Amino acid sequence: MSDGRDDPIRISFTLNGEPTTVEVSPSERLLDLLRYRLGLTGTKEGCAEGECGACTVYLDGLPVDSCLVPAYQVRGRLVETIESLDPEGMAHYHARGTTQCGACTPGVVMTAEWILRHRDRLETHTVRELMAGNLCRCTGYDGIIEGIEGALEDREAG
Amino acid sequence: MLRREGLSKLTGRERYVDDLPLEDFLWGATVRSPAARGRISDIIFGDGVDWSEFVIVDHTDIPGRNAVYLMEYDQPALAPGYVRHVHEPVLLLAHPSREMARRALREVQVIVDVDPPALDFRTLPGPDLIQYGENNVLKRLSIQKGDVERALGESPIVVEGVYETGAQEHVYLETQGMLAYLDGEVLVIKGSMQCPYYVVKALKPALNRSEEEIQVIQTPTGGGFGGKEEFPSMVALHAGLLALKSRMPVKLIYDRTEDMVATTKRHPSQVRHRTGVDENGRLIAQEIEVVMDGGAYLTLTPVVLSRAIIHAAGLYHCDNVSILGRAMFTNSVPYGAFRGFGNPQAHFAVERHMDVIADRLRMDPVELRRINMIRDGQTTATGQVISDGVDRLQIVDRALALSDYERRRREHWVRNPEHRYLRRGIGMAAFYHGAGFTGSGEVMLDSRLHVEGNPDGKVQVLCASTEMGQGQVTIFTQLASDRLGYDPAEISIAEPDTHRVPDSGPTVGSRTAMVVGRLVERACDDLCRKAGVEIGAPGALVKEAIIAWHSAHPGERLLGKARYEPPPGIEWDEENYVGDAYGAFGWAAHVAEVEVDLRTYDVRVLDFVSVQDVGTVLNETLARGQVQGGVAQGISWALLEECVWKDGAMENGQLTNYIIPTSGDLPPIRVEFVEFPYEHGAQGAKGIGELPLVGAAPAVLNAVAAATGRQPTEIPLTPERLMALLANGDR
Repeated sequence: MSDGRDDPIRISFTLNGEPTTVEVSPSERLLDLLRYRLGLTGTKEGCAEGECGACTVYLDGLPVDSCLVPAYQVRGRLVETIESLDPEGMAHYHARGTTQCGACTPGVVMTAEWILRHRDRLETHTVRELMAGNLCRCTGYDGIIEGIEGALEDREAG
Repeated sequence: MLRREGLSKLTGRERYVDDLPLEDFLWGATVRSPAARGRISDIIFGDGVDWSEFVIVDHTDIPGRNAVYLMEYDQPALAPGYVRHVHEPVLLLAHPSREMARRALREVQVIVDVDPPALDFRTLPGPDLIQYGENNVLKRLSIQKGDVERALGESPIVVEGVYETGAQEHVYLETQGMLAYLDGEVLVIKGSMQCPYYVVKALKPALNRSEEEIQVIQTPTGGGFGGKEEFPSMVALHAGLLALKSRMPVKLIYDRTEDMVATTKRHPSQVRHRTGVDENGRLIAQEIEVVMDGGAYLTLTPVVLSRAIIHAAGLYHCDNVSILGRAMFTNSVPYGAFRGFGNPQAHFAVERHMDVIADRLRMDPVELRRINMIRDGQTTATGQVISDGVDRLQIVDRALALSDYERRRREHWVRNPEHRYLRRGIGMAAFYHGAGFTGSGEVMLDSRLHVEGNPDGKVQVLCASTEMGQGQVTIFTQLASDRLGYDPAEISIAEPDTHRVPDSGPTVGSRTAMVVGRLVERACDDLCRKAGVEIGAPGALVKEAIIAWHSAHPGERLLGKARYEPPPGIEWDEENYVGDAYGAFGWAAHVAEVEVDLRTYDVRVLDFVSVQDVGTVLNETLARGQVQGGVAQGISWALLEECVWKDGAMENGQLTNYIIPTSGDLPPIRVEFVEFPYEHGAQGAKGIGELPLVGAAPAVLNAVAAATGRQPTEIPLTPERLMALLANGDR
């Protein structure tokens, strides 16, 4: 009965620095693979259509919405999730009200950390503009932007 | 103090209901009505799935009363043969595979013999549309003060206005979700919710179970805003029914679209004002009619209407006030609790109307507000004497100063005629919000809270209040540690579990810090009393006393207890809506500056200043976050958020077409607090959660009016509506 379209696909990729091999179905989303099969529930589903950014992960170093990435497409690539980040780096976010309910937070922090690692983008964009891919319903965004600005100043000084 | 659970949220370690590890369970799914009203004539199960693999629940599987009980038994858990709104739940399915459960949803066809639906709440229904009482009126309420008819007749100037607001979806980032399973004979419910005891209250009659046989545990909750006040009872009941039938754990998680189209929203409203004023701008009479769309079931609509009419006259003194409120049954998705709870609708109308009056009188809108703003010793519409010592004019003045209101206004007058297509304007709103339940509501809640001293001297707060992002866990930790002289690390807040914590009332109505927080303090005092140590003794002594008490009472529990007691002198006549509606009001002023683009009809908020009196500010970062988040929701209610309806169904149930603001859509929201402590609130705190949302929409629209010289009366003020307004002239 199978025409092969639903056959599992075996893929290997690097997940948070660790080599990982899994079988995935052709329609499986990276988000579900991470959350339901690999136990990495830090990545959240907010809208399932690439609008809210709660499921942001890095794919080869770039922030992407994992709800829009078929799992098989990460074969041979580098995937990093919120679990890979150093909790030590969260102090400014913590102090300035970056998180409230927390549902958007992992995605927000992933984008924020990406900005911190790519400061050249701040020559052409503001933090407010760069954060526009992550929806937050609690903070009105000031707590997020101030948290990032605090971290930027701190790491510049450091 | 830093947000207690902040690091676990920032690092993604916080476990929400869909993050809990679980094996051998079923995914639940909900089959819903395709029609707004009618008799279910057939349910067809397609042959695309093997139905023997599914657990299927319909209304006949409900052991008790088929209702999601809160105020009334009117809303069925599963439609018993007749549906009253699109997306009303009809059947429940469960399957080990989520994909299969979703596929099965597409295989079920609910056939409805359609009856004509009532979809317009603004007009009284024809006979064929009547489904509730004599005329579909869910609730009528009235406030009468003085003699409005006579006073309007004697007023030299009468200004009329009709103001309309649309539905608003909560869009908490974590959708509704519940997990249900049997632990022996106890049905355990875990999930995203504001009010664990509301879930118990709903499940008891529907499942014919005692409180001992139902255990409800709140999991970390990714936003609520009122959307997780009453609705989670429905999700919990559905998950519970599936778990009882399958005898397996069942996880029921809504996807975004289901959450947007099928759950409660903010009540749409139409508010009419007829206001008598003299030439100097003094209010002589206010005649107000508030009409709300209640949707297909009662939910909390009567209470929302109540809060709306109590606040409908604004924070002004007027001797003659008549307010009539009416909530209408329609065949729409039931409207329910949403941050502000009727007051944003009331204030959109009255604060927009004040600017319309000022325009008519050729008067400065700020001056009009100043003249009429309620002063200590004067009374509200319900006759409540305001005597809290709050300097309301100071709040307004501070907001004007911070926003540089006068200078900007003059700049706009110069700039606007010179620019080809950009128009700037600045507008303000002054407003208030009663904290806690209305009238005798807090007495009826009879909230209780415990603080337990453990054998090691550490202390745990036991309460049903919930953390949903607003900071309850942090605030209660602060309050207990301050009261006992403890290091915050030695205070824990128990998981809200109805088998472990007393009912401290729902986490709603801006009541948690003020009302329940006060119980934390009183229970701490009681703990000291029972431990035999003086109240206010140093923490080390309290700890010693707790340890000593346990040595003397091995195996016993040391519980400090508190039960709600109303502040003295509060009197409320529920029959006539006269008296002290709230123990305390928060007062505030917003100023918004906008830029209107006459090419695109886009309105951009350039600056936003909020000055708030919320009593003592318990935690500056958390409080500021509450204000900024509330303002953001208010701005987007005013400009962006529109539910598009077709035949009673929300058509834009996605974040791609129902627009909430990104960081790029909002200005920095500048917040300042003016603190007037409330003696009966924890450390002087008053409610904070809802107040900031209340005045945001009128401030923004008043700024648009200043920019364009036209008077918008309807929100959301989308580009389409603004284009129509500017094309058609004043309305």
